Parts: sequence; C-alpha cells; structure tokens
Amino acid sequence: MCLAIPAKVVQLFAIEESRALVEVAGVRRQVDLGLLTDDLPSVGEWVLVHVGFAMSKMSEEQALDQLRLLRSLGEEEAAVAEVEGYAVDEAATG
Amino acid sequence: MTIPVPARPKFQDPQIEMAHGAGGKASRRLVEDLIAPILLNCGEPLGDAAQLGIGGTWIAMTADSFVVSPLRFPGGSIGHLAVNGTVNDLAVSGAKPEALLVTFVIEAGLSSWELEAEIEAIASAASRARVVVVGGDTKVVEHGKADRLYITTAGIGRPLPSMRLAADSVRPGDKILVSGPIGDHGVTILLARGGLDLEADLVSDTRSVFPLVESLAEAAGAGVRWMRDPTRGGVATSLNELARDAQICVVLDEAAIPVRDEVRGACELLGLDPLHIANEGQFIAVVARQYANEALQAVLNTWGGERAAIIGEIREHPAATVLCNTGYGGSRVIDMLVGDPLPRIC
Amino acid sequence: MKFVDEFREPEIISRVVAEIRRLADPKRHYRFMEVCGGHTHAIYRFGLTDLLPENIELVHGTGCPVCVLPMGRIDDALELTSDPKVVFAAFGDMMRVPGAAWSPLAWKARGADIRIIYSPADALKMAEKNPDRHIVFFAIGFETTAPSTALTLVRAREKGIQNFSVFSNHVTILPAIRAILDSPDMRIDAFLGPGHVSTVIGCKPYEWIAQREKKPIVVTGFEPLDILQSIAMLLRQLQGQLQGEDAKVENQYTRVVPWDGNRAALRAIAQVFELRPYFEWRGMGFISQSALRIEEEFAAWDTERRFAIRGVRVTDPKAAQCGEVLKGVLNPAQCKLFANECTPEQPVGALMVSSEGSCAGYYNYEHRKTLYSDCCSSVRCVP
Repeated sequence: MCLAIPAKVVQLFAIEESRALVEVAGVRRQVDLGLLTDDLPSVGEWVLVHVGFAMSKMSEEQALDQLRLLRSLGEEEAAVAEVEGYAVDEAATG
Repeated sequence: MTIPVPARPKFQDPQIEMAHGAGGKASRRLVEDLIAPILLNCGEPLGDAAQLGIGGTWIAMTADSFVVSPLRFPGGSIGHLAVNGTVNDLAVSGAKPEALLVTFVIEAGLSSWELEAEIEAIASAASRARVVVVGGDTKVVEHGKADRLYITTAGIGRPLPSMRLAADSVRPGDKILVSGPIGDHGVTILLARGGLDLEADLVSDTRSVFPLVESLAEAAGAGVRWMRDPTRGGVATSLNELARDAQICVVLDEAAIPVRDEVRGACELLGLDPLHIANEGQFIAVVARQYANEALQAVLNTWGGERAAIIGEIREHPAATVLCNTGYGGSRVIDMLVGDPLPRIC
Repeated sequence: MKFVDEFREPEIISRVVAEIRRLADPKRHYRFMEVCGGHTHAIYRFGLTDLLPENIELVHGTGCPVCVLPMGRIDDALELTSDPKVVFAAFGDMMRVPGAAWSPLAWKARGADIRIIYSPADALKMAEKNPDRHIVFFAIGFETTAPSTALTLVRAREKGIQNFSVFSNHVTILPAIRAILDSPDMRIDAFLGPGHVSTVIGCKPYEWIAQREKKPIVVTGFEPLDILQSIAMLLRQLQGQLQGEDAKVENQYTRVVPWDGNRAALRAIAQVFELRPYFEWRGMGFISQSALRIEEEFAAWDTERRFAIRGVRVTDPKAAQCGEVLKGVLNPAQCKLFANECTPEQPVGALMVSSEGSCAGYYNYEHRKTLYSDCCSSVRCVP
C-alpha cells in the first residue's frame, strides 16, 4: 500500500480536468488528479503517485529544509568538541 | 567442485506453471530435478552451451526457444531474439558462433506478412552476427494452439582456444564485469504489452555480444573464469546460479551497476528491481583480478561496450549468496526470483 | 531522480547514523515498530539494519494488506472465475498469495482469466473495452489505496459501466495498531508511523497513541534518510520522556504529508465506503470497525452483492504463527514453520509470499546473516 513515487506534472489535459501526464526519470504516465481537486497542481509541480492517482503535492521547500537540517547534524557537536580540544591544550600547557 | 545431480527425479510440483519458464528458482527446479536426471548423464553444472569433442574437433552446441508477446517491440522482434539469443549462448560459453538451424511453430491465422517480417529479421540478425542459417523446420498448428509464432534455434560454434570457462575456477578476489546497462529488454517488453500505461524511449538491447566477447578473449582470455548472458531472471539469477555452483559469495556494488534512467524510473514506478529483469544483448563475466583492468578496457573500447563496468567481486563467505552493497554501509541479499517479476503497489 | 536521490546521499546518511548512535542509550534495548509494509520493504532493500546499533530493534507490524488478508477471501473471489464471463483483476502483489489450494497465478495456469493491473482505473478501462465480460477488481490496501478505489467506483457510476464490480478488502490502520497495543505481550517502545496512509488521514488520528498509550510516534517517509531521521526523532522523544516530557505525534515526512490529511480523498472514501462492523484479519481474528465495504448507493458495483459469495473460511495450520509475528510478539525465526515447511517458494502464510511480508524479508536477509555467522571458514558450506 505504500509504493508511491514523486513525479513531475508535464501536461494537463484541458478537456478532462482530472487527468495529467507526469514524468519520472524520462518515463511518462497518465495519472488521475481526482484526489487533488481542492488544490490542483500546475505544470512543473511535483506530485506523489500511487496506483495511477496523484495523492499529494510534493513540497520542494519542505524537502530542502529537511535536507538542510540533516546536513548540519553533527556540526554543533563538532564545534563543541573543537572548543573542548582547545581547553585541553591550555590545561596541558598550563 | 560439482553439485551431484540426483539419480532419480525428485520434482514435486503437481503441475507446470508459468513460473517454471521464468528463469528463476522454479525453472531451475524443473531442469535440475526433472529434466537433467533423466536426460543428462553428466555431473557438471549446467551451462548455456555444451562443448563436445567429435573425432578430435571440439564444437559448442546450444538450443533455445523463443516465445514473446508482442512479436514486435521497440528495438526488434522475435526473429532478432531467436538469432541473438542462441548466438549469445554460444558466445558466453567461449565459442565463436558459426551456424544456426531455425524451426517455426506457426499458429494458423498468422498473416503472411508477419511471418515474412520475422524471416527477414532472422536474416538480418544472422548477417549482423556473421552466422549462417543452414536449415530448419516448419510446423503449423490450429488456431488457438500457439501464441501466434514460436521459434526455436539450435546453434553450433567453435570454442575459442584462449578461454577455459568453469564455475569451479572462480576464486575470491575475482572481479565481475557487465557489458552494458541492464534491464532494457525486459522493461521494453513490459511497456510494449500496453497494460501499464507507461511510455518511455526505451528499446530492447537485442544484439550479438560476440564482438565484445572476442575483444575480451583477445585481451584477457586467460583470466576469464565464467560468463553468462543474463536473460530471463536477469543478472540476479545468473549470479545466484554462479554462487551456488561455485559455492562462493558474489558482492555487488549498487552504485557501479549501469542502469538507464528510464529503466530505473520504470522500475521504481512498478516496484521492480533491474537486477531481476531480462537482458538480450549483455553478458556478465568473472575475471581474475589481475586481468580485470585489461578486460574492462577491451570491452569499453569495442563498439557497443561503452557502458561496460566492473560491478562487484567474488568473496569466500557467505557461500552461495549474492549480496549488494548500498553505498552507505548497508547491504541486502539479492535472491533469485521464484517466477516472473510482478509489478507491485505495496 | 528528484525527491529520491537526495534522500539517499551517503554523506548525510552517515551524519544521521552518527546522531542515532549518539542518542541511543547503550544500556537500553529499543523496540520500534513500523506498521507499514512499505517500511518493512525499504528497511530490507536499503540494508538499514546494518547501520543501526545492536540495541535498536525494528519490529515489523501489521501494515501489509496482503499479509493480513484471510485466505478464504482469495478463494471467494477466485471461485467467481468459474463463470467464463468473469475476469479477476488484481495488483501484482496478490498473484502468488495462496488461497486454500491455489494462488491466482495457479488458477490462471488452469485457464481462469486472471489479469494483473497497476491501477483500479485499469480495471474500469478493461470493463469498457470488454462489454461482454464482467471485471471483478479485487481491491486491497489500507487508506492509501481506498480513495483510488472509491473514485473509480464514482467514475463507473458516472459512465454507467455495469460490467464492473469491486470485491473490497480494504482495511484501516488504526484498529490494527490498537490491537497491537492491547496485546498482553506487547513490548513496543515507539512507532514509525505509516507515511502514505497519512497523506490521506493526516497525523491527528494517531494522537491517542501518544496521549493515552504514552508511546512516541513519528510519521515517516520511505527513503533511507526518512527512516533514519525518524529513528533519531523517536530516540529524542524517549529521552525527553525520561525528563518528564510527553510523548507526541511528529511528522517527519513533511514534504508529502499534510497534518490534516487529504480532504478530497477522505470525502471519496466517505461517499463510497462504510465501515464493516467487523472483519477477520489473518492471524489476529475478528477486529471491529477495521475494514471498508461498499455503501448501499453503490451496491450495483459491489461484487459481494452482485454475486453469491460463499464466505469461505480457511484456517491457518495450527503450527503457523502468522498472528504473533504480525503483532511483533514473535520474530519470524521463532515461528515453528519458518524455513522448514514455510519458505518463499512454498509459503504457508502470506507473510512469506508478500514482498512486504516480514517473514519473506527475514528469510531472504537476516536468516542468511545468521547462517553465515554460524558457519565455519570452510568453503564447502551448503545453506
């Protein structure tokens, strides 16, 4: 129940409001937008696709925030360790 | 080291299912537990082609049947597969393909132009592969009794003197080479069947791999231990067979395995693993470590081998297992499939 | 691949792993349950257990809709194909799951018209293209998939397509989690919440887990970084609990999961489905209000009302311990049938045949690691 893939909307169909063409890594598939009628995606936006239906819009901002947070993990500790390192040196040299 | 083939068939499955033809575990059971014990009387691991000596001359022989739907697909058709499949079986057994026999089982109602198209395909593939078609047979069955057209080809070839291949010559430290990107053929066929509504610019990779094998033999023949063309069941199945036959461990490096973006995209969408998907124009080889660089360079510098890569190595433990390293410290076991890979939603 | 590759970057992964090691208390043994089969699959696929310290154990729960389906339901549907007009259409996941005697693929080998589809919309299209056949769509899945089935039924009615019906086996995730928490042998410290179910139901429905049961729960994505980050978040919550903080629901999968869920999807489910008073879950018995059946308004497209369904009940062999494994009480290797009578090639229970099943995952992965550590250095070992 969980296989869902991020895909980019490349074409919306004017006649059938609830269908779109999406693409992932060069593979194209038509998906049903019927579950996103409250907030339809536009061309260029990314959606999460599950069994041929778009389930949710993907937020690039949230993704970047998350990655930024994770990339900075350990930096605080590293900074603290460096300062502590100086303290040890000072103690050694008296 | 050989796996003793049982004297009496111990095949337990009550009926034959599609899985038995898919190239995975069930296929292996059918061959090892039912067919081999009755028909073959050697104790050797089963390879892609047989080599026999007749009156002082060694020849390689193989046969293969081709059943595919649809008959024509981007990149080729059943006729191309029928030639290249058998040519490749000979090539990866270390032989130069020379001649083919072709038999047709035709379903009544197949249009003549379709048959003609396949005969042309066979002619053109044979010409490109530099083999001659020397004979064959034709049968027609009633409408509904065959899936339009079945083709069987039998091939003979001349073993290359520079190669001596055997699963039990594989050693820890040996490297694994692949001739190009994997998964193209199987995904192309899946998309061509139309049920999945996916579109991609993908074509089958069907071709003769002999030119690449020849370059490999010239540059590093003495160091090549084992080869296989990973058709049904994919690279995973071939490597699992090696791991079992040679009682060693295969360790793959996920990041090094060449896969086209579109194949990757389609596999992610469908929940498939490219390692389990059929290829019709690639081979994998195990090469002794000291020859690995020359081997790779030889294939890279041959037309059609530009995406060859070293994708892993052989280790001692755990035996009979294929592992894949993810690139960030984790690993997973790659198993043979039971039957055909099925798209999943979960 | 965007939104995928970034979440598999080795450098960031090693940072999160370091964070996990920093946060985990070496004197404690942690048991985190993931209730989504997709997480089970991802953990094995990405080899994540190799990266975690020994004292963090990931327990696989009931989130595999194939695993929890009672065998009899498969037989009920397959029996319909004895009428040559009927086509049985289902996702690939279902095709090898054994019923009392045969799996759908085995029925297909005997001539039944069984077809693999990727979307409920494919089944409807099949009905349009084959007006002389009746397409039965065997629907499975949790709340992630139910809205798509619901919309397909709405479209079937709009287009007036009569030769189509749905055999609904949709189940809901919360009663399963409740059953796990109510189990007397329950020893779970915290939960990795289902990422894609939550795109539909949002994060609020899990609040009782944190507030009443005092268990932390983090709604989690499916890439390695997602799962690892969630583990770090759970560890932080558990640390916080020791200092008097309350357990809470957190959303790790913010790029996809809206806190309030997807209103349009929930509307679709409400329009087409209603809760069954009870439904049998494989290995766990009957659970009330845990599954969806089609509402009266759509009765004409409900397989169970269009056809006479026998209601086959097939009991698992007594020795099979699917239920305890599903609830995380036993690990797969502790089931007596594991690796003997029950293997991926000859599965007794669905947990061994489904790609998400914990037994299949364990068999293919952990089991070999144990064999390796037991074996001597001789080259001649036979698994």
